[in-house]
Amino acid sequence: MSARRTDQIARWTVTAAAGLILLVLGYILGSVLINGLPVLSWHFLTSRSSNLGPGGGISLQIFNTLYIVIMSMLMAVPVGLGAGVYLAEYALPGRLTSLIRLATESLASVPSIVFGLFGMVVFVNAAGLGFSRLGGAATLALLNLPLIVRVSEEAIRAVPADLRHASLALGATKEQTIFSAVLPATVGRLATGVTLAAGRALGESAVLIATAGMSSPRYLTLDPLASGETLAVHLWAVNAENSLSDAARIADGTAAFLILAMLAVSLGIGWLARRLDRRLAGQG
Amino acid sequence: MTTETMSLPTMVPPAREATSAAPETTRAAARGETDPEPQPAVRVRDLSVTYGTTLGIKGVDLDLPERSVTALIGPSGCGKSTFLRALNRMNELFPGVATSGEVLVRWDGRFQDIYAPGVDLVELRKRVGMVFQRPNPFPKSIVENVIYGPRRHGVTDRALLAEAAEEALRQAALWDEVKDKLNAPAAALSGGQQQRLCIARALAVRPDVVLMDEPTASLDPISTGKIEDLLGKLSKDYTIVIVTHSLQQAARVSEKTAFFLNGELVEAAPTLQMMTNPRDRRTENYVTGRFG
Repeated sequence: MSARRTDQIARWTVTAAAGLILLVLGYILGSVLINGLPVLSWHFLTSRSSNLGPGGGISLQIFNTLYIVIMSMLMAVPVGLGAGVYLAEYALPGRLTSLIRLATESLASVPSIVFGLFGMVVFVNAAGLGFSRLGGAATLALLNLPLIVRVSEEAIRAVPADLRHASLALGATKEQTIFSAVLPATVGRLATGVTLAAGRALGESAVLIATAGMSSPRYLTLDPLASGETLAVHLWAVNAENSLSDAARIADGTAAFLILAMLAVSLGIGWLARRLDRRLAGQG
Repeated sequence: MTTETMSLPTMVPPAREATSAAPETTRAAARGETDPEPQPAVRVRDLSVTYGTTLGIKGVDLDLPERSVTALIGPSGCGKSTFLRALNRMNELFPGVATSGEVLVRWDGRFQDIYAPGVDLVELRKRVGMVFQRPNPFPKSIVENVIYGPRRHGVTDRALLAEAAEEALRQAALWDEVKDKLNAPAAALSGGQQQRLCIARALAVRPDVVLMDEPTASLDPISTGKIEDLLGKLSKDYTIVIVTHSLQQAARVSEKTAFFLNGELVEAAPTLQMMTNPRDRRTENYVTGRFG
């Protein structure tokens, strides 16, 4: 076979693979949006869900989702970033370091329902939080920790040695070097990791069903101990219970909104990261 | 060891031109050969550095005269950069490096061994600054780069920092080019400007000694010229040690030259003498371009 022929076949193969992915993605997005977009009305987005009859909305679920995702990211990002810094900058190669790495990697592949049940046992029952936003957010943070640790460590390792040397040669301490020279250079990569984690948190249901619960307070409250059904859980719940005549309609609308929200989150974090990057690098 | 048996890298500096150009252009010549060497700012005694089992440099004795430029020359892998990095203990960032001997830096009026136990690396590197081979500005604004050192050392007063930034940028001959865009990203500067920014960044810490590891290796001839001019001015206030691949550069910028070969210091003398009348046969072979 000639080199040209091989080249052609290779090109067709990878193009077909990319095309297949686009096709699947397009089909899913298309069907969700086609069914769901017509449901999205101001009324749907701003009214409460109803357990008794048709015509419910998703306002409480939107609020709960935002609340829980933000709280879980506030827990997971500092801890994950800290662990990433430790692994990349301080950990000496050895058994303990390998163990930590093995542990994070194993955690990353644990099914989310296991995290959900763990959260229920530990936070909901043992710690006495009950079905609560706090319990849900903490469990969600556990789910996302391995990802954030890994992304942080890799982002820090990707910073060129040049930059570290420059800082150390100026008489900066190791801590100053990490916080003033290395971490600011990782903003872009970290943002990618945080987006992934936030996206996963937005769409997660198995973790939250048994921790944050499947109901919402009937009034708007910031109480972290109140239960908080998120959009993804709601989507699952209306279908599972199937007691409402318009369950399918609500599910369609919720799914469409969830997808739009994910898009907004990833665009938003990207924009924020670029802005931060520019500000750190100087306005130019 | 004879030159014939050595296998040396083939990165050859155009040394033949150097020998003809050297006599007219050395600064040593401009000052007159009879000048006594200024007293040293750094004394190195029996310095050896090993990487694991590989020898980096062995048994080097060298004085670096105060407020002047000392050039370190020699073929690739001869140990000149290792020697340079031993002067601010940057070698220690590489795993498996062991150093023995003494590096005495004049520090609060007396010579102190920087390898003595209890030496504060932060204090050492405030006194002995460094400029690297490739410009390595931080991904920050121009002014943030310059004040990086003073800030880490506890200066917080905005006016003081601005003053320090201007002084350092002026010393590095970069002020006029960047004074209107101090908040622009350092990455937007040209390579030569970035390297002068790195020099300004080192100067802002107010060191006594500035180490430069082939600072023009990645620059075009015009930028190189600017930095060489700058070295002449800076040597009025700073002790400068520069590693260079180019004999002409050593001839143009330095008062003293030290020739390294296979980890040993072969010879160190006033630059003019090194270029025209070296004592050691190996130095002669190198400066006349018989190997490189």
